[in-house]
Amino acid sequence: MEKILVGLKRVVDYNVRVRVKSDGSGVETDGVKMSINPFDEIALEEALRIKERGEAAVVIVISVGRADAQQQLRTGLAMGADRAVLVESEESVDPLSVARIFKSIIDRDSIDLVLLGKQAIDNDNSQTGPMLAAIWGKPQATFASRIDLDGDKAKVTREVDAGLEVIDISLPAVITVDLRLNEARYVKLPDIMKAKKKPLESIPLADLGVAPCPKIKELSFEAPAERERGIMVDDVAGLVTALKDKGLV
Amino acid sequence: MSKNLIIAEHDGSRLSPSVAKVVACAASIDGAEIDVAVFASAAGPVAEQAAALESVSRVLTIERAENEHAIAAILAPQIVALASGYSYVFGPSSTFGKDLMPRVAALLGVNQVSDIMSVVGSHTFKRPVYAGSAILTVEVPSDSIVVATVRIASYTAVNDGNSATIESVDATADLPSHTQFVELLSGATDRPDLQTATRVVAGGRAFGSEENFELVYKLADKLGAGVGASRAAVDAGYVSNETQVGQTGKIIAPELYIAIGISGAIQHLTGIKDAGTIVAINKDEEAPIFEVADIGLVADLFSAVPELTDALE
Repeated sequence: MEKILVGLKRVVDYNVRVRVKSDGSGVETDGVKMSINPFDEIALEEALRIKERGEAAVVIVISVGRADAQQQLRTGLAMGADRAVLVESEESVDPLSVARIFKSIIDRDSIDLVLLGKQAIDNDNSQTGPMLAAIWGKPQATFASRIDLDGDKAKVTREVDAGLEVIDISLPAVITVDLRLNEARYVKLPDIMKAKKKPLESIPLADLGVAPCPKIKELSFEAPAERERGIMVDDVAGLVTALKDKGLV
Repeated sequence: MSKNLIIAEHDGSRLSPSVAKVVACAASIDGAEIDVAVFASAAGPVAEQAAALESVSRVLTIERAENEHAIAAILAPQIVALASGYSYVFGPSSTFGKDLMPRVAALLGVNQVSDIMSVVGSHTFKRPVYAGSAILTVEVPSDSIVVATVRIASYTAVNDGNSATIESVDATADLPSHTQFVELLSGATDRPDLQTATRVVAGGRAFGSEENFELVYKLADKLGAGVGASRAAVDAGYVSNETQVGQTGKIIAPELYIAIGISGAIQHLTGIKDAGTIVAINKDEEAPIFEVADIGLVADLFSAVPELTDALE
C-alpha cells in the first residue's frame, strides 16, 4: 500500500485533573498541558511500524483545529510521520464534519488506510472512525488490538465486550485502535530537530468546501456529583461488620 | 407522539441486558412509542425476549443470513432503510453500539449523541465527557432525527411481562461483502456478566501475576460476583481484556464493588461512580481509590483477601 493517514487530536493531557469553569461554559484549558490524544498516538505508532516493515510508503498525520495543534503534528512528525496536514478552524468541529474533512483529504491524497484512535479522551465521543468509514463506503474495524496486513486485506482483532472478535476486511479501510495494540515510541531530540524540516501544510477549513451538517449544541458543563468519602475500617473483621451493617453480605 | 427505534444487541440466542436499559432511556421521552429492531439470521428467541420488555410497542425482525454477526457496515444501511418515520434511533453504549451507531448517524447525515445519561427534554440530553470529570448538556437540532447511544450504567432495566407484537419487516439495502466475521475468542465464564452483575470484585496490578489473580476469583465466587480489573492488570496480562473497567473499558453500576489493589486513577473511577457501595482494599493509604470508597481498608491484599473470603458465609 502507498499511503496511511493518521488523525491526531490535540487534547488535555490524560494526567490533568479536568475542572469545569465556574460559568459552565467549558472546562479549564488555560495553562493546562495539551498532548496528542493517547489513542491517536497508538494509531500513529502502528502506521509507522507498518511503514518500517515495508508495507506502506508514506505516513501522513492530520489534525483539525486551531493553529496550536501544529505542536501535536510536529510531535507526530518527530515520531516518524512524513508530512502533516492541519485543517484550521477557530471553532470546535463536530465528528461528522471531521469525518467529511478527512474524506476530502483521502480523495485528494489517494489514501489506502486510515488509522484513528478509538475515541478522544476529551469528548469521549468515539464516533469519527465509523462515520468516516460510512461516508467513504469502506470497511471499518474499531477497537483494534491486533492488525495483520496481507496485501489488500487485513485481519483485525477487536476488543469487544464479549472478548476478542476477529474480522477480515479489504482495504481501503478505517481502523480505530485500542490501548493494547502497541506501545508508542518516545521521541528523540534529533528527531525533533529533523521534524522541523518536514512539510506541514495548513489549510483553512473554508477552502475544503466541506458540506456543513447539523451541529449538536453544547449548552452547559457542570461538575459531576461527588461521592462522599466513606469510613475506614481497621481490619477484615471490621470490613465484614460494615458490609453486614449495610445488608450487602 | 415520538417514534423511537432501538437496535437490539444480542448474540444470536440471548438479548443483551443492555436493551432493557436502552428501553428505559427511550421511555423517559414524553410520548415515546418504542419499537425494537432485531437483526439476525434467525430472530426467534431474541425477538420474544425483546417483546417481553415493558414499554415496547413492537418488535421488528429483519432476518437474513448476512445478519448472523453484528457487522456495522452490514447493519447500518438496513437501519437507515428502517429509520424513516422515526424521530429517534437508539443503541447501547457498548462496543456493539459504539461501533454501529456512528455509522448509522453518518449515513443519515447527522451527528450522534454519545452516552446519554439522562433525558432533559425531547432533544436535550446529559452526557459525561473528560472521563466523567464533567457533565455536558447537549441539544440536538429540533428538526433533526436523534441518533444516540445510551450509557447503560445510568439506567435501571425495564421489567419483563409485556407481550409486544412481533413483525417481520423488510429493510432492503445493498450490503457490502468487504467485511467478514472470522471468530469470537471469548473468555466467557459461568460468573455473572460484569455489566449487569449486582456484585463485582475487581483486581489491580498489585496482584502481580495471573496466578495470584485466583484470589479475586475465589472471593468473587464466594459472593456470586462478576470479575473486573483495572487497565494495569489487563495490560500486565493477569486477566483478559473484557474484564477492564473504566473510561476505555466497561462502565458498570453494581450494588457492591470491591476494588482490590487498584489505586483508582480517574480513568478507572469513571467506570464505577454509579456503584452502590464501593469497598477499597489497598496497601497504600494515600491511594485515590479511598477518596471515593464507602468502606476502606488499608491492608496487604495477600492476607486480607483470603481472610475476607473465609469470613464470608
